[in-house]
Amino acid sequence: MQTSNFQKTSRLILLISVTILLLLPLILGISLSLSSSQSIAQGNLWPKHLEFGNYIKVFTNTPMAKFLLHSFIVSGLVMIGQVVLSAMAAYAFVFLNFRFKKSVFILFLSTMMLPFEAQIIPNFATMRDLNLLNTYAAIGLPFLASAFGTFMMKTSFEQIPTALRQLSDIEGLNHFQFATKVVVPYTRVSIITFALYSFLTNWNMYLWPLIATTNDKVRTVQIGLRQLRSQDTASNWGLIMAVTIISVIPTLLIIFLGQKYFKKGLTNGVIK
Amino acid sequence: MSIELQHLKKTYENGEEVLTDINTTIENGQFYILVGASGSGKSTILNAIAGFIPIDEGAVIINGKDVTQLPPKDRNLSMVFQNYALMPNLTVSENIVFGLAARHTDKDIQQKKLREVLNLVHLEEYKNKKPGNLSGGQRQRVSLARALVSDAQIILMDEPLSNLDAKLRAEMRKEIRSLQQQLGITVIYVTHDQTEAMTMGDQVMLLNEGKIEQIGSPLDLYNVPANTFVADFFGSPAINLVDVSIKNDILELNNTFKIPFNFENVQGKFKLGARPENIVIKNSGQLKGKVTHIEPLGDGTNLEVDIGLVEPFRIKVSEQIHLMIGDSVNFDILPDKVLLFTLEGNLIKIGQSELTVV
Repeated sequence: MQTSNFQKTSRLILLISVTILLLLPLILGISLSLSSSQSIAQGNLWPKHLEFGNYIKVFTNTPMAKFLLHSFIVSGLVMIGQVVLSAMAAYAFVFLNFRFKKSVFILFLSTMMLPFEAQIIPNFATMRDLNLLNTYAAIGLPFLASAFGTFMMKTSFEQIPTALRQLSDIEGLNHFQFATKVVVPYTRVSIITFALYSFLTNWNMYLWPLIATTNDKVRTVQIGLRQLRSQDTASNWGLIMAVTIISVIPTLLIIFLGQKYFKKGLTNGVIK
Repeated sequence: MSIELQHLKKTYENGEEVLTDINTTIENGQFYILVGASGSGKSTILNAIAGFIPIDEGAVIINGKDVTQLPPKDRNLSMVFQNYALMPNLTVSENIVFGLAARHTDKDIQQKKLREVLNLVHLEEYKNKKPGNLSGGQRQRVSLARALVSDAQIILMDEPLSNLDAKLRAEMRKEIRSLQQQLGITVIYVTHDQTEAMTMGDQVMLLNEGKIEQIGSPLDLYNVPANTFVADFFGSPAINLVDVSIKNDILELNNTFKIPFNFENVQGKFKLGARPENIVIKNSGQLKGKVTHIEPLGDGTNLEVDIGLVEPFRIKVSEQIHLMIGDSVNFDILPDKVLLFTLEGNLIKIGQSELTVV
């Protein structure tokens, strides 16, 4: 008992200190976003009295609302595209028989080893030649096919009992019916997990949206944030922190709400 | 709906033969059991009948029509699976009409049939529950109802009771059997459990490594096993199989025991099969040994007696007897019930009379 109590306490202390360490920047950000400029200028890390003006100014004095909208559109579209395409590709790998299935899948997976940075130039050239620069398509298209998503969907589709496949064969379900009536309902935890993961990844993307755009027409919130710092508002740390906090809200929401899915979905199929 | 299997053959890519020349006829309304250890090919036969796997040679004929090349949906059969194969997100009712809905059957007809089968399997009060909230037995009833609702006259069952506990299994055995009789459907039932094979089947096919060992009614398989494999498969405790030699009407076991037996004109070396219940314990018994194991069952007693052979003799008596391990016991083998096999294991004689059955 003694040792287990000791272990428990030391574990708790470790976890709490790591939590504080990780939360500090976020708390500091929230604190500064609620401070007035003078308070920050005087070097105070905590506001004397709460000031919500920065949050209002984000929408009145900066174009951040527009950037946020762009981010939602791009992340949403790419999320839908990735989920649909990954699920369809995985369906083919699991339930259809075709020649060179294994080799094609390995080829598919091998694209995961190619870092995105190495694909930037060819992707840029493609988008430019297609005349798509400064459109949502330019930001989204290169990400629609996701090897990771296909891999994850494939793993979870493989968990579907053979008996369900056999039952569907007996009842005469076609591929579309089997996919919508059996596969999707059966694997919805994995699908939701991947959708959330996909949204987050796209929401936080910075380099590619910056490269694929030359003006503010479709630029996303992460770029907007960067621009804000280099503009004349640079000294207004309260405002910048307010924008930052607003831009991490979707991330936080998804992690809070999606936690149970992440745990179930990402470990799905690990234990066989 | 009769089913005929003609010369079914199936070999895996690695050269392993899973089915070697399977022939049988399953009559309309029969409860037909495929039984065997795992790897014996019983599930492969079921999958071949259902059309889930292609077969290398032979034909599956349902009601006179060759369906070997037809997809599963055109074979007019339904199936009950070992792990139920229920959709966790659908209610009991939705699961049952799953196939009807997929075939776009009229909604009113769906509901009417649903009510009928819910009544048959006693699940009315659970119709709006999700499978996750049901017990194993109830889940298997849902699966059964789904098979019944389709109007298919042939139902394939793949070890449907393996995931249930012993008591529920006994209950479901009765229930499935009486449903089958009541509805007059043809059932092909795969199991590895000898009790299920004995208690439920009209006909039983015993398989071993892709070959048919014997086909017949459960009692035929028990009383007149074609070979030692069949004899050993059925019966609990298992039959005693011992090497014997017979000379001048004297049966000799292990050079120790010599018993006068009236085997007309039979001479040589054989395997003798004696069911544990065909052995009587009595003081004047010609065989003698020490008790090595005793199982009081209440309604009877199972004994194992070491008489110096490789395996102890298994004896089953229908009364409670009070013996301790180490006690010595005299017993006799009932000569009329003795099975005599060749050394290769084929049955040649039952009791002291000539074998006329095979």
